[in-house]
Amino acid sequence: MRLRFNLALGAFLTTLVILAGLLAPWLAPFDPVLDADLMSSELPPDGTFWFGTDAQGRDVYSRILYGAQISLTVGIVSQVINSVIGVTLGMTAGYWGGWWDDLVSGLTNVMLAIPSLIFALAVMAVLGPGLPSLLIALGLTNWSWTCRIARSSTLSLKSQGYVQAAQTLGYSDLRIMFTQILPNMMGPILVMATLGMGSAVLSEAALSFLGLGIQPPFPSWGSMLTDAQRLLQLAPWVAVFPGLAIFLSVLGFNLLGDGLRDSLDPHMRTRKP
Amino acid sequence: MTEPLLDVRDLVLDVPHGRGSLPILNRVSFQIHPGEAYGLVGESGSGKSVTSLAIMGLLKKPLRVSGGRIGFQGRDLLTLPKREMRKLRGDRIAMIFQEPMTALNPLATVGRQIAEMFMLHQGKSRAEAAPLAVAALESVKVPNADRRARSYPHEMSGGLRQRVMIAMALACNPDLLIADEPTTALDVTVQAEVLRLIKDLCAERGTAVLFISHDLGVIASVCQRVGVMYAGCLVEENETAALFETPRHDYTRGLLGALPRLGSRAAQGRQRLIDIDSIIADRSRLTETRFITPRREETP
Amino acid sequence: MTAPLLEVDDLHVRFPVAGTGLTGRGKRLLHAVNGVSFSLAKGECLSIVGESGCGKSTAALSIMGLQEPTEGEIRFRGRPMTGPSAPTRMERAKAVQIVFQDPYASLNPRQTVWRSLADPLRLHGITAKSESADRIAALMRSVGLTPEQAGRFPHEFSGGQRQRIGIARALILEPEIVVLDEPVSALDVSIRAQIINLLLDLQDQFGLSYLMISHDLSVVEHMSDRVMVMYFGQLVETGSWQQIFASPAHPYTRRLIAAIPDPAHFGRISAEPFIDAPNMFAPPAASDLTEIAPGHFIRRTALEGAARA
Repeated sequence: MRLRFNLALGAFLTTLVILAGLLAPWLAPFDPVLDADLMSSELPPDGTFWFGTDAQGRDVYSRILYGAQISLTVGIVSQVINSVIGVTLGMTAGYWGGWWDDLVSGLTNVMLAIPSLIFALAVMAVLGPGLPSLLIALGLTNWSWTCRIARSSTLSLKSQGYVQAAQTLGYSDLRIMFTQILPNMMGPILVMATLGMGSAVLSEAALSFLGLGIQPPFPSWGSMLTDAQRLLQLAPWVAVFPGLAIFLSVLGFNLLGDGLRDSLDPHMRTRKP
Repeated sequence: MTEPLLDVRDLVLDVPHGRGSLPILNRVSFQIHPGEAYGLVGESGSGKSVTSLAIMGLLKKPLRVSGGRIGFQGRDLLTLPKREMRKLRGDRIAMIFQEPMTALNPLATVGRQIAEMFMLHQGKSRAEAAPLAVAALESVKVPNADRRARSYPHEMSGGLRQRVMIAMALACNPDLLIADEPTTALDVTVQAEVLRLIKDLCAERGTAVLFISHDLGVIASVCQRVGVMYAGCLVEENETAALFETPRHDYTRGLLGALPRLGSRAAQGRQRLIDIDSIIADRSRLTETRFITPRREETP
Repeated sequence: MTAPLLEVDDLHVRFPVAGTGLTGRGKRLLHAVNGVSFSLAKGECLSIVGESGCGKSTAALSIMGLQEPTEGEIRFRGRPMTGPSAPTRMERAKAVQIVFQDPYASLNPRQTVWRSLADPLRLHGITAKSESADRIAALMRSVGLTPEQAGRFPHEFSGGQRQRIGIARALILEPEIVVLDEPVSALDVSIRAQIINLLLDLQDQFGLSYLMISHDLSVVEHMSDRVMVMYFGQLVETGSWQQIFASPAHPYTRRLIAAIPDPAHFGRISAEPFIDAPNMFAPPAASDLTEIAPGHFIRRTALEGAARA
């Protein structure tokens, strides 16, 4: 029962974020960038400005809706890149072993030794600021944990009878990896990816704060939060609502990941005989 | 008529499930007399292992006892306070498990672990206990016992580790030894040695044995009486020889016929093995009949 | 006598064992399989018996192509299975298949039984839906299941049923040799008989050759035509099942047979005394087997040892 509840809450929160992002142009009462009005700056929440206004007098509610687009893009795209890199390297290293395994393991350890934000900063420094380079930078930094999990899963799955049976039935190495190994390690990989989505949203905030991420005046939850820190005493709503948005979406991703892992488990899925 | 050492009566175990409960053991009764070796045989899920855990007071939630009693030396183990039960465990009732590696502490030498039994239950000092531990290792025929006492479990083979477990279990001369599939993880030749060791030591010391196994051959070579378990019920009980010669319950017959017997092919040619499902039409009715032959008092 | 289907000639498999210390000095070679030769005829059941670590599983993996032999040759119908002219995985698949010990680990939990059986067929060129459906249905019936059950996932089956599915997968490409790796030892006692009966039926029905790996001598006696006894990587005795069980000549064979707890002999535990284990790190001893009766061979060192004693 508890698991179902987690899955339902996770799916609900994630859906909420996706809907907010997709429907932002219709749901937002104001333009997140253009409707700046210094006369109505730092207004507390009321009937017109549901979440209040920020220092430039922009509607926080509208900016959060548009910010969902950026957070979702950053979370999903960077994790897709991470998972593809991590799984490809980890699975091949675990399966083939030998010098390739040594090389991948060495690279993984080097990546783990470099603080990920520093690495992302270095990539951003080369590529320049902006959303595409942010996605690439975050996509290149956090694959090492996925890689480790993929490698260790592959090592244990490799000795399972059905993988050996596939070899004796004439399957090629790639076919074995894709049909026998990958589906059986999707659970932990998925969980890593959803956890990573949360931390990617947070990294985006940090990079935006340093001026390397989303360029103002475009709204991202991270940059909204950093803008708000000067106003924490004066206008707490400017910080509270983006913070809440980050919290709820990260929670949603994590609960969804947990729930998916359990429902993907074939033992939970029974057909009528 | 001697008093039984262990008297399990109408033991009922179940797991709460929704508003009702799932039965695990259904009114299991058997007695073990002092110095007797009693075997429980059954397949996985038959309830033989939980029976032993219930006797040791080691049942894990959600398993619960919902009926019956387990008498041991006149006391009911089910109502015994936890403290009393702890004192009994290892001292009067000892247990050996299938996988000795998990039952031994990997960070302590085996000598130390055996010595602890003497310190815990007999109040010996460490200095007094150490030579006793070496003697205990010698009694289970571990070569170079004084040197072996200083080794760690991972430095030993499976057979040696099982000997260490036996030495630990028998350290305080318990009245009852529970052996739960003690040789299943071992090679056949090592198994034969360990079985002989258990049998000889317990006969020597008058220790009663509750021997649990899925292997009829193993049970037959150690035990005087056998109980056959199926789906949480004791379906047949008899003296070992009688049970194997004239099995009365369909399930016992099925089990015995399902195994190829060494030498039978040479004697009668290759016979088709008995498919248990062909003699038992309806497995759900198996537990309706029980064949319990009372223990014969030995007449001098 | 017809030409053997499978010939194994002086097979050696050695594993490097890491030494101790930081530098890993003292790296040694473990002789897991030490000069093993045998042949398997069409329709025959040959068993390799021995205890854990004797090299029987490694030998089987070499025949399956899952373990590269260090030395020696394996030939199938006279064609080398090892070395530069070894067949590809695809070609090998139609020659030898395997049934694993653990029915729980041997089926992919994320594939239906149907997919586990249909994929190999498709891979080997049987692409017509109707043909593969017919073959799968027929095979499901042969192993005592219904074709409808193929739509299910492995976890919906009991251990015995899974082993039947494992057997079906081994037979789907119609191989000539099936390696049986402890085929019943992970199963419940009452299920074992059904699987043993099934394996013998299938052998008759399809004219299969079995190479069985087992430590359970009562099963070996029941199923085998010939028996090989392995001890620490070496073959110590080989002969027909009658020769091995009625007149075992090597002390290790006698010890193995004596160790079987037999329900017919209640209260009896017998164990022959230990014999010295050969050093598995040493180079192979003289690998001569002496024929003591037609088809019954025994390692000579043991005979000499027995004569000395």
